[in-house]
Amino acid sequence: MSGNNIIGEAAIRAGCRFYAGYPITPQNELTEYMAEHIRNEEGGVFIQSESEIAAINMIAGASAAGLRVMTSSSSPGISLKQEGISSMAACELPGIIVNIMRGGPGLGNIRPSQGDYFQATRGGGHGDYRTIVLAPASGQELADLTMTAFDLADKYRTPAMILADGMMGQMMEPVIFKKPKPRQYSEKFMLRGAGTGKSKFIRGLLLDPIDSEAHNWKLARKYEVITKNETRFEEHRIDDADMVIVAYGTAARIAKGAIKRLRDQGMKVGLFRPITLWPFPELKLRALSAKVKNFLVFEMSTGQMLEDVRLALQGYADIEFHGRPGGAVPTPAELANVIAKIYDKKD
Amino acid sequence: MSKIVFKHPQSLKENIYHYCPGCGHSIVHRLVAEVIDEMGIRGITIGVPPAGCAVLAYNYFDVDMIEAPHGRGPAMASAIKRSLPDRVVFSYQGDGDLAAIGIAESFHAANRGENITVIFINNAVYGMTGGQMAPTTMLNQKTTTSPGGRKQELDGYPVKVSEIFSQLRGSTYVERCSVSSPAGVNKTKKAIKKAFQCQIDGLGFSLVEILSLCPTNWKMSAVDSCKWIDEVMSKEFPPGVFKDNIAARKTAEAES
Repeated sequence: MSGNNIIGEAAIRAGCRFYAGYPITPQNELTEYMAEHIRNEEGGVFIQSESEIAAINMIAGASAAGLRVMTSSSSPGISLKQEGISSMAACELPGIIVNIMRGGPGLGNIRPSQGDYFQATRGGGHGDYRTIVLAPASGQELADLTMTAFDLADKYRTPAMILADGMMGQMMEPVIFKKPKPRQYSEKFMLRGAGTGKSKFIRGLLLDPIDSEAHNWKLARKYEVITKNETRFEEHRIDDADMVIVAYGTAARIAKGAIKRLRDQGMKVGLFRPITLWPFPELKLRALSAKVKNFLVFEMSTGQMLEDVRLALQGYADIEFHGRPGGAVPTPAELANVIAKIYDKKD
Repeated sequence: MSKIVFKHPQSLKENIYHYCPGCGHSIVHRLVAEVIDEMGIRGITIGVPPAGCAVLAYNYFDVDMIEAPHGRGPAMASAIKRSLPDRVVFSYQGDGDLAAIGIAESFHAANRGENITVIFINNAVYGMTGGQMAPTTMLNQKTTTSPGGRKQELDGYPVKVSEIFSQLRGSTYVERCSVSSPAGVNKTKKAIKKAFQCQIDGLGFSLVEILSLCPTNWKMSAVDSCKWIDEVMSKEFPPGVFKDNIAARKTAEAES
C-alpha cells in the first residue's frame, strides 16, 4: 500500500469516523482513501471541505461531538489550519492532523521536504501550546503511529500530528495492521446535548486573565506529563559508534542507507532517530553524549531540528549539519560521502 | 384561573447580559430560547456561538454550546450535525462572522444543504471591536474605519446575505426579519421556529437574518436605532421570505 493509503486504513481501523479535507499534493491519496472507505463504516462521515480552515474546524466540531477525527494536508494547507489547531489545543479537543510535507516556503514545490519542523513542534498557531508530533519512517510505522496518535490525542485531550513527507506518502511498502486498542475517552468531554441535565460549553476564550493564566498553566502541566511519558526514539548501530547521525522520517531512512555503506568501509557510524519530534527525546540524546562526541544532524531543510539537538547536547559534543531543503532528496551514497569527510576529519 | 403569559425561558440561564443597553442580541437570545422551550428541544440542541459580541452566548443559553473561531461556526455546526444527526444544531453569527471572515464556511454549509439553522444578526457594524465597518455597513454610514462614510468605490457595497444565500440550491428556508418593533419581534420568533422545524423535519439549510440594533456603535438612542432600521436599513435590506422550499421538499421527500 502507499503511505497515504496506509494512514487512511490505520485511521479507520483505529475507529476514526470523521474526516474532512481539501485537495493538495502530495497527500491526495489519503483524502481519496477516506472518501472511498470511511462512509462504509457505521456513522462514518467524509466531507470535502471548502478549505483547510473549514476542515480543521469541522474535525474540531466532530471531536466535540465525541467522534475520532482526522484531517490531512500538506505544508501550505497546514499553515491554514493553524488557527484551528491552536483552538483545539485551547479547548482540549483530541484530533489527528496529518502533514505530508512538501517543499517550501510559500507554495514551494510538491517534492518531499522537512521544512515544517519548527511549525509542527513549536505549536504552529498562536498562544502557549504544544502539539504531539509523531514522525514515521516506514510503511509499518505509518500504520502503527497513526493508531498511537489517536490513543495519545484521546489520553491527553489534545491534537496530535503525523509529520511525514511526500516520499513517505507516496512510497509503497508492505504493512501489517495491528489490532487497535479499545478507545478510552469519557463521555463527559463530549457535547451531545444536555438531555435532562446541566448544559455544558466548550471554549478557549477566558476574558479574565486570572482564569486564562490558570488555563495556560494547566495546559503546560499536561505538556510536562506528555514529555515525561511519551517520548519515543530509535537507536540504530549506536553501541560501538564514534559518530552519530541524528535524523527523522525520510532523512533517517537515507541515513540508514548511508550508515550501511560506511560500516562496510569500517567507519563506526550510528543513528539516533527521534520518533516523537515533540516531545523531543532530549534527555536520551544528552545521555548519549557521555560516550559519543561527534554528531551530525541531517535534515531535508536548512536546519530546524538542529536547534533541538543543540539544546539537548548543550555543548557536550560537536555538532555538524547537512541539509537539503526545498524538496531536494539526497541519495544514501551522497550522504555517505558527506559523513565520510567529516568522519575522517574527526579521526 | 390565572394563566402565565410571560416567564423566564427555561433555555436561558439567569445571568445578567453583558450587552449594551438597547442591544438586539438580548432580544434574539430570548426568542431563540423561547422557541427551544416551546419545541421541547433543550436537551438535544447544540449551539455554536460566534466571535463577536455574542461570543459569550454560552453564558446565557442553557443548552450545550461550543465556541467557534471567527467565522467558522457553520463548518463546526455542519460537522456536529453530521456526527449527531438527531440533534438540533444552530450557529449564531454576526455580519462580520458570516459575511466577511466566514463567508466561505457559511456559503458552503448552505450550498451543501447542511441540515442546520443559522441565526444571523445583521447590525451593519462590528460591535465587539468598537464599531468598525462591516460587510453589511450601509453606503455613507460612518464607522471608525469609514470615518467619511462607506464609499462604494473604496469599500464596496453592503452584502445582501439573504438574497445571495436564497440563490443557492442547497438552502431550503431563508427569511429576513427585524427586531425594531414588537410586530417585527413576533415575526422574528415565528421565523426562528420555522427554521428549527425545517431542521427537525430534515429538510435542509435554514437561515434567519435579523436586522438588529446597535445603539452604542451607531451613536443613537435605542428609539432612534429602531427608526433607523425601519427607515434606512430596511431599504437596503428589505425584510421578507427570500426562499421557502419547505413544502416542496416535504412533497419530494414523501414521493421518494
